[in-house]
Amino acid sequence: MSVQFQVNGKQVEVEVEPRLTLADCLRHSLRLTGTHVGCEHGVCGACTVIVDGAAVRSCLMLAVQAEGSEIVTIEGLSNDDDLTPLQKSFRKHHALQCGFCTPGMITTAHVLLSEEPDCDAARVREVLSGNLCRCTGYISIVEAVLDARSAYGHKEQAGDAARERR
Amino acid sequence: MKLPPFDYACPTTLPEAVQLLASHDGDAKAIAGGQSLVPMLAFRLAQPTLLVDLRKLADLRGIRISDQGVTLGAMVRWRDIEDDERLATAHPLLKAAISHVAHYQIRNRGTVGGSVAHADPAAEMPGIAVTCDAEISVVGKSGAHVIQAADFFQGALTTALTPDEIIVSIRLPPWPAGRRWGFQEFSRRRGDFAMAAAAVFYDQDARGKARNAHVGVIGVGDRPLRLSAVEDVLNGESIDEATIAKADAAASAAVDPQDDIHASAAYRRSLVGTMVERALRGAAAA
Repeated sequence: MSVQFQVNGKQVEVEVEPRLTLADCLRHSLRLTGTHVGCEHGVCGACTVIVDGAAVRSCLMLAVQAEGSEIVTIEGLSNDDDLTPLQKSFRKHHALQCGFCTPGMITTAHVLLSEEPDCDAARVREVLSGNLCRCTGYISIVEAVLDARSAYGHKEQAGDAARERR
Repeated sequence: MKLPPFDYACPTTLPEAVQLLASHDGDAKAIAGGQSLVPMLAFRLAQPTLLVDLRKLADLRGIRISDQGVTLGAMVRWRDIEDDERLATAHPLLKAAISHVAHYQIRNRGTVGGSVAHADPAAEMPGIAVTCDAEISVVGKSGAHVIQAADFFQGALTTALTPDEIIVSIRLPPWPAGRRWGFQEFSRRRGDFAMAAAAVFYDQDARGKARNAHVGVIGVGDRPLRLSAVEDVLNGESIDEATIAKADAAASAAVDPQDDIHASAAYRRSLVGTMVERALRGAAAA
């Protein structure tokens, strides 16, 4: 079947089998391999992408269900020449080692900070409980997300817009 | 694993959706948020020939609050319940229970109707439906009808739904101001399925004694359970330490959990008593 949606601001049309997950569609059909597939059944969170402003597991969504959606992947949260504040914070706090879980961590944290720039450590931990990391022990990730809050502090309007789109 | 092959349809009206479900000899399956069904497909535990996506059905959306109680459209997502501030007074027990459902990303997609239709014995929404005497409105090729929650859940992943039927909404009866309630859940990791959880509520008569007690538990049987033996302990009594201790013992005695890889039967039996005890303590302290 043919399915159309926006990815990182670009309108795309892809020919897919109904059984293709959004994660595999992004990786295989669109070559956006920044989205990682870990467990393939909704446990690890590595494949988290942003669909219509909400962080979702792209392995638990069919590509055909994304028809008409606006999708942001890890590629859409990066600049060409410079690191974003969230990326800088992950680097500063050594919030990754092997990096496999990082795309899911960044996409999830980006939505959280956009919607709740004043979130506390308990909230960060609760939200990131849906993302497994086997290297860091999480402490450095939580610190990186908390440290990046200041960069989102003046973006309440963007967070509101993301909420409205849902 | 990759999902098995299936056809896909995305109808825009309920009759069309029912027609599609009825057309595949029981091998068609409705998909709502997909947070339970897609893992089932990935494990090949489900191999439908057709998936009928419910996302365009306007009849299945929205949270309605009236003197008839709280009516949740089947496509209401956990996130919608979290974000709806009216529910803090219209149904605080629902709101508390839903905060335990899975993880952030799953709460953005998972739906009330999907959870009820999936009928995992450890899931919160079926537990709330049974505890609160919910009415489940369904539509199928023989028309619309209402199924009582007590009759709906028939076993693990087994419900009264026929293959052509779709859940339209779930109605929780009105929640009077002043009702006492508590919800307690235990799992080893945040967001995991409950090893045991208890939902309790009761009203108080003029002398402060409990009446209309409802006690429901999940994770300790093949379906969500109402524990009438515990309700009998509570009705007509003050909810003090002595009554709570009796309720704890009655809850443990009333269930018959099985050993599994997560916990022994004895552990779950003990745990469910503790969950009832803590939920009652929260209710009495409110």
